[in-house]
Amino acid sequence: MNVNQSAPPVPPFGQPQPVYLGHHQSSYGGQLGSTTAPTSYGAYNGPVPSYQQTPPPGVSRAPPSAGAPPASTAQGPCGQTAYGQFGQGDVQNGPSSTVQMQRLPGYQPFGSAILAPVVSQPAVLQPYGPPPTSAQVTAQLAGMQISGAVAPASPPSGLGYGPPTSLASASGSFPNSGLYGSYPQGQAPPLGQAQGHPGAQPPQRSVPLQASSFTPPASGGPRMPSMTGPLLPGQSFGGPPVSQPNHVSSPAPQALPPGTQMTGPPGPPPPPMHSSQQPGYQLQQNGSFGPTRGPQSNYGSPYPGAAAFGSQPGPPQPLPPKRLDPDAIPSPIQVIEDDRNNRGSEPFVTGVRGQVPPLVTTNFLVKDQGNASPRYIRCTSYNIPCTSDMAKQAQVPLAAVIKPLARLPPEEASPYVVDHGESGPLRCNRCKAYMCPFMQFVEGGRRFQCCFCSCINDVPPQYFQHLDHTGKRVDAYDRPELSLGSYEFLATVDYCKNNKFPSPPAFIFMIDVSYNAIRSGLVRLLCEELKSLLDFLPREGGAEESAIRVGFVTYNKVLHFYNVKSSLAQPQMMVVSDVGDMFVPLLDGFLVNVNESQAVITSLLDQIPEMFADTRETETVFAPVIQAGMEALKAAECAGKLFLFHTSLPIAEAPGKLKNRDDRKLINTDKEKTLFQPQTGAYQTLAKECVAQGCCVDLFLFPNQYVDVATLSVVPQLTGGSVYKYACFQVENDQERFLSDLRRDVQKVVGFDAVMRVRTSTGIRAVDFFGAFYMNNTTDVELAGLDGDKTVTVEFKHDDRLNEENGALLQCALLYTSCAGQRRLRIHNLALNCCTQLADLYRNCETDTLINYMAKFAYRGVLNSPVKTVRDTLITQCAQILACYRKNCASPSSAGQLILPECMKLLPVYLNCVLKSDVLQPGAEVTTDDRAYVRQLVTSMDVAETNVFFYPRLLPLTKSPIENTTEPPAVRASEERLSNGDIYLLENGLNLFLWVGAGVQQGVVQSLFGVSSFSQITSGLSVLPVLDNLLSKKVQGLIDSLRAQRSRYMKLIVVKQEDKLETVFKHFLVEDKSLSGGASYVDFLCHMHKEIRQLLS
Amino acid sequence: MATYLEFIQQNEERDGVRFSWNVWPSSRLEATRMVVPLACILTPLKERPDLPPVQYEPVLCSRPTCKAILNPLCQVDYRAKLWACNFCFQRNQFPPAYAGISEVNQPAELMPQFSTVEYVIQRGAQSPLIFLYVVDTCLEEDDLQALKESLQMSLSLLPPDALVGLITFGRMVQVHELSCEGISKSYVFRGTKDLTAKQIQDMLGLTKPAVPVHPARPAQPQEHPSISSRFLQPIHKIDMNLTDLLGELQRDPWPVPQGKRPLRSTGVALSIAVGLLEGTFPNTGARIMLFIGGPPTQGPGMVVGDELKVPIRSWHDIEKDNARFMKKATKHYEMLANRAAANGHCVDIYACALDQTGLLEMKCCTNLTGGHMVMGDSFNTSLFKQTFQRIFSKDFNGNFRMAFGATLEVKTSRELKVAGAIGPCVSLNVKGPCVSENELGVGGTSQWKICGLDPTSTLGIYFEVVNQHNAPIPQGGRGAIQFVTHYQHSSTQQRIRVTTIARNWADAQSQLKHIEAAFDQEAAAVLMARLGVFRAESEEGPDVLRWLDRQLIRLCQKFGQYTKEDPASFRLSDSFSLYPQFMFHLRRSPFLQVFNNSPDESSYYRHHFARQDLTQSLIMIQPILYSYSFHGPPEPVLLDSSSILADRILLMDTFFQIVIYLGETIAQWQKAGYQDMPEYENFKHLLQAPLDDAQEILHARFPMPRYINTEHGGSQARFLLSKVNPSQTHNNLYAWGQETGAPILTDDVSLQVFMDHLKKLAVSSAC
Repeated sequence: MNVNQSAPPVPPFGQPQPVYLGHHQSSYGGQLGSTTAPTSYGAYNGPVPSYQQTPPPGVSRAPPSAGAPPASTAQGPCGQTAYGQFGQGDVQNGPSSTVQMQRLPGYQPFGSAILAPVVSQPAVLQPYGPPPTSAQVTAQLAGMQISGAVAPASPPSGLGYGPPTSLASASGSFPNSGLYGSYPQGQAPPLGQAQGHPGAQPPQRSVPLQASSFTPPASGGPRMPSMTGPLLPGQSFGGPPVSQPNHVSSPAPQALPPGTQMTGPPGPPPPPMHSSQQPGYQLQQNGSFGPTRGPQSNYGSPYPGAAAFGSQPGPPQPLPPKRLDPDAIPSPIQVIEDDRNNRGSEPFVTGVRGQVPPLVTTNFLVKDQGNASPRYIRCTSYNIPCTSDMAKQAQVPLAAVIKPLARLPPEEASPYVVDHGESGPLRCNRCKAYMCPFMQFVEGGRRFQCCFCSCINDVPPQYFQHLDHTGKRVDAYDRPELSLGSYEFLATVDYCKNNKFPSPPAFIFMIDVSYNAIRSGLVRLLCEELKSLLDFLPREGGAEESAIRVGFVTYNKVLHFYNVKSSLAQPQMMVVSDVGDMFVPLLDGFLVNVNESQAVITSLLDQIPEMFADTRETETVFAPVIQAGMEALKAAECAGKLFLFHTSLPIAEAPGKLKNRDDRKLINTDKEKTLFQPQTGAYQTLAKECVAQGCCVDLFLFPNQYVDVATLSVVPQLTGGSVYKYACFQVENDQERFLSDLRRDVQKVVGFDAVMRVRTSTGIRAVDFFGAFYMNNTTDVELAGLDGDKTVTVEFKHDDRLNEENGALLQCALLYTSCAGQRRLRIHNLALNCCTQLADLYRNCETDTLINYMAKFAYRGVLNSPVKTVRDTLITQCAQILACYRKNCASPSSAGQLILPECMKLLPVYLNCVLKSDVLQPGAEVTTDDRAYVRQLVTSMDVAETNVFFYPRLLPLTKSPIENTTEPPAVRASEERLSNGDIYLLENGLNLFLWVGAGVQQGVVQSLFGVSSFSQITSGLSVLPVLDNLLSKKVQGLIDSLRAQRSRYMKLIVVKQEDKLETVFKHFLVEDKSLSGGASYVDFLCHMHKEIRQLLS
Repeated sequence: MATYLEFIQQNEERDGVRFSWNVWPSSRLEATRMVVPLACILTPLKERPDLPPVQYEPVLCSRPTCKAILNPLCQVDYRAKLWACNFCFQRNQFPPAYAGISEVNQPAELMPQFSTVEYVIQRGAQSPLIFLYVVDTCLEEDDLQALKESLQMSLSLLPPDALVGLITFGRMVQVHELSCEGISKSYVFRGTKDLTAKQIQDMLGLTKPAVPVHPARPAQPQEHPSISSRFLQPIHKIDMNLTDLLGELQRDPWPVPQGKRPLRSTGVALSIAVGLLEGTFPNTGARIMLFIGGPPTQGPGMVVGDELKVPIRSWHDIEKDNARFMKKATKHYEMLANRAAANGHCVDIYACALDQTGLLEMKCCTNLTGGHMVMGDSFNTSLFKQTFQRIFSKDFNGNFRMAFGATLEVKTSRELKVAGAIGPCVSLNVKGPCVSENELGVGGTSQWKICGLDPTSTLGIYFEVVNQHNAPIPQGGRGAIQFVTHYQHSSTQQRIRVTTIARNWADAQSQLKHIEAAFDQEAAAVLMARLGVFRAESEEGPDVLRWLDRQLIRLCQKFGQYTKEDPASFRLSDSFSLYPQFMFHLRRSPFLQVFNNSPDESSYYRHHFARQDLTQSLIMIQPILYSYSFHGPPEPVLLDSSSILADRILLMDTFFQIVIYLGETIAQWQKAGYQDMPEYENFKHLLQAPLDDAQEILHARFPMPRYINTEHGGSQARFLLSKVNPSQTHNNLYAWGQETGAPILTDDVSLQVFMDHLKKLAVSSAC
């Protein structure tokens, strides 16, 4: 950045988009607050005052902190009383009031802003920085009104936010507060929109406030847009019109079974639940809460207030009890919906440094204008603290989740390939960074200054180009490496192993043919499938046929290699029984071109099932199989991939022999970690050799019992491969899933023999890496294979001061061999902002990425520490993050308030999901293998996958009109949200459930299942009958589209309400208390609040 | 009695036995003074078309330490139905089956003309013959093609129920499973790793029935051999498969970089072959046939590294102790040979390459198991093809001329003990009363195992007279020896051939003449030569020659007639007259001289010398030279340079080579094309005559000799020149002033010089 900063350099950055430049300089260069503010201010201010005058008196920030009289009237008291309640479980929004207040102001501008198309554009640009920050959610535990709702509004509000300044003044405490202030205001509107959220919470809000505030919005335009969204869920959205009551009533009209639903969530159901939970909660927490008790009790007293709240809604009133209203706490669904609505429509243009991209759940297009697309890199924060002290204080991990070969939607062009000829890619002489848009050309273009290490390098003559008056190269737009965030270089021979261009890679299929594999029908199925599948090997660009060669091995306790040379009349089988000292018995004819050897291969695949049809061999080997594949690649001098199809614990006498060490008694002991550790070091050694050879291993497991996934997955894990597990594989049930995964796995584009290096500008440094790869030193990530699904998470630490002007740069360079055998370098560049104010950090965070990082961190932690420690660490870190925010960024307010940064308001709920995931808190039915499997899966998941994995999507199928073909809006993953008259789909990227309520109309049952009544539906059904009616088609279509979104095929399981399978299903309702002891969202939030308060005090 | 010559010939024809002495000195002391030990050349399975085997089992002496077999020398009491063992004098009852026995109704084994009897044993399961091909694939394309054809051809020659197996090797070793349809299966082993028999069997899945019993045939548990022998299948079942398999056999695919030898895992391949048979068919007649086209270059048993710049060891290297792999490799093959021998399996080596192939190291495999060793330049030569074909030749009964798993037991009367044997055998380490403490050859036992033998396989068996000087043997006493050969006939029958012989004792002091007259100098020469060659395997060449010389001098001193210190007076009787000449040629033979021979060649020659019968052995020692001319019918001539005349055609048979040599004039005539002119048809016939004779020899000989057609001045004439006695050399040519013959450019001594020295030394009192 420094470089850039220097006069001439600056342009390059902005160059791509002059527009940006302007923006940049003005906005960035100047004080955010001041600069941004001005323009918008005007606008805002206008409204604001007006608002203030309007009913919601507290509008000006004042209310929150001071407990502005007006709001305060309601809130003030509420606040306190609420607190009391809070302690008991209810949450009240101190800030909520503010929120509301702000809402009003926000509204108008908002409304105007949003509505006005014009606004949107600029809004996007400028606001970004700030808007997210606005995320500040202030939530009062007591009121439990978490302003969470606010979030949604924020993004769009950007411009409108201008007003924030006003707030700023109000809040005062924050430097940024200005912004904040604005935000809240901004939020307000969203609230209005999202109303659902608040809707739920309205209780605490002072009636008047709400009423007042709401009504206007309700009527106002702004609401409308939001309304549409909310409609479906029927959640609280319906509510908008009437704050709380609305809530209730609204669903009624809209949702099919209004009554029930109503009762469901807010009313009756909760009470029991709560009551039951509450005690538990208290019990649990008592100990720890002890100290806090005081406050709690306090809360208690005010509680009544809460009751009052409850009373407002009317129905809920009876259950005054101290309980947080689930609707009052930040809802992931809402956040996602809002982001979709606000950011889904506009392309995300990457020209500006430090922009927070839309959420992963939002569909958006990316325009590469100098920074890598968020599909390639996502950061936990797009604004990095300048100093390590700040970073330590905030405890927000600085990490980037990198997916170097990510697949792009068809609308986006894949990276351009740049060929610099024989001299190879242009690089900085000192730090070896590759030419990128941030490099600064000086001295008339004869030299360039490295943006990472500031070294001045000569420009080679053939690369020379004149600079224009802005100091930018004239050809900047002609060269991808000077204008784009992501591009590829053709590598020269210097970048190849042994200084030889690589041969095309090879795929080796290694099939277990022991008794289990034969009996389950796997071998027959697989061989049949391979016959056709081999015609679809990945090929490069427009190549007519794939360059990839294939080979076949079968094995039980010995290995069988096959010679399928095209000249042979029949395949030849070579048995190697010396598993202790594996070698490849043949050279010629093992790896062949599929087309040339078609006949022989077909003959082989026909015969394999026959040959072993009578086998009685039950023992298998494992390590020698991988060894063999690796040796084969070595002999052929190419990189490649092994597809291993394995069924059982390798107990045959051979290297890598394993014993059954599954011991559930270890759970919750200090030795639990051993369950995740490999049994023997042999596999690491083997993996190391594989990596050296560029041999990636994909493992398909078909276990009937314990196979020690923790050990078997070591090699796939370290070689960048994937593990697929099909427990108790039955052809009838699992065929579809397996074949689909297999097809996808075989066909997907892969890079081989890759090395990834992340370079950063001075000041920060990549220190830790998570994912499926191997590292021989501290900087180079070695990947024998890397596909479009694999993600590497990189953590950064400061090693020096950063400065705000220069920001921070990342360059991820991936050297790999393409599937046609071409050696390439893929470069991704990303520029981040730096801040001296913590608030900027909190405003530019991305919770989903954060969770991705934290989950990976925790999942790696279980290898070395007791699970409990890991959980505690997570909780502590989260508490620290939030406490830091509370302390440094939030407006001063009662300690009883839970105030969450807008960007992180979902952190608690997501974190809770991580904490109660199978790895960290296994249920009784979760096997050791499952945990190990999930553990390694998560390690290379990208943000979208972790997001849905930890917080599954729950889609009501029958709520919206059948004709409505769009994907129904999700509902929160809680049992309360299920109505027994509906059918829901739940997916988390791995599983897909279809939950059928007991009260579903017969007609629906008939049209979906083809049976006449609920009782006739087969529980556990995995395939829905194809029926010729609208509903059936719609559901099928939805299922198909869900599957298409995920990298693995999700097998459908039909679960009937009250059926025994339902416990499995309920496991995924992550907002609820889990059977294995995981806290409910509400409980956890309370706990988190307590932790934060402890930290604060 | 006729002359001793006739006696000897008769004995040889009837019993396949020739003794060095046919009258035995009656005391130990005298026997040792005879210089040439009491020994015999025994051809256990000499073809006896006139000897039908008897279909019952032999009658054994009941004394446990004796167990001699009833023979014509036994005294029989027909009335009491008793017989006295002539070895231990135990009196035995005849078994019930002999109840009808009488002077006029004798069983065959009691008739004097049946000193050799062959019994057929009916008991026990008959197991089929087994042929396991072990084939090197690191061959040139045409070599491999030729070999494949030979192998395919051999399939048609095998007995239909024989079991066959195939192992191929190059860089890796592949054991082919022969019973599979649709896909050819093989087990592959790394060529560098020495595996124990157990490991091999485990890896081949031989330790337990790895193949589940097919539901279709669970009712035949007796068929167990076939379960454990996926690799060895009856030829009639897999004939086509195997032919195809051989047809598809490819050269070893692993690239051989410039300047390297192909990696050839002969050691492991052989080890696996031995292990496979050991695990599946122990103590069953089996033949491992190893075909190699070069030296083992990796793994256990490697003989030379793969760097071409390092040549394979020569005698020079060995003398300098510079053959770094030799000892280890030899040890490896010895271990294998012993294991194969212990299980009754024989190993053949067919080595065809221009360079050495490591026969020196591998020789024990054939030598200890009675296998064949064939050495040629290429598999694509008739030498190999016909030799290989001849292995499957049949006798007049249509049986293969091969026998397996033989045990040779020697029993002696009490004045004698057996000191050892030299031939294609291993000791079975059976101690007994008739085993001498002194060893000559492989001793310390009265039984030997000969895993593979044919009608010409011949052993030298050495005895020791143990009778003390002061315990005279009564006049007319005879010493007896019984040879019992138990073997598996090629028809898979178990048979026992029993030969019992007896010779007179004579007091060496009083009856030296008798003993002298009964000396068989041919047998003695071969027996001494075997001893010499046997020693040469372990001793330095010059030592052996010195020992031979000393023995010869002592013999001459003992039996020559001379006046002391007067060489001119020296005379030898007829029965000894040729012996010094044999020794002269023996000294020059490749069996003792390694000069000009590679270690492999030496091993090859010695191998054959140690197993051929007397006639062939003599040819090897002293090649035969025939001369063809217009002056008369072909005649044998002296193996002397003086026989090389311009107007003669010579045919020399050295056993290993057949050389036809055209004299200078003949060669000129031939070049001039006279043989094509009708008027010189007789010349054509003259040219043809030696060719026809050579063909005759070629047809009878195993292994096929190298056939050389050369002429005066031809480069190949060296084969002839190196063999003949250099009576004329560049040293004495002019001095002698002779007009005939061809001078040999050599510094070797001629027979004349040799004899002169011998005479001088013999008459000298100094030694």
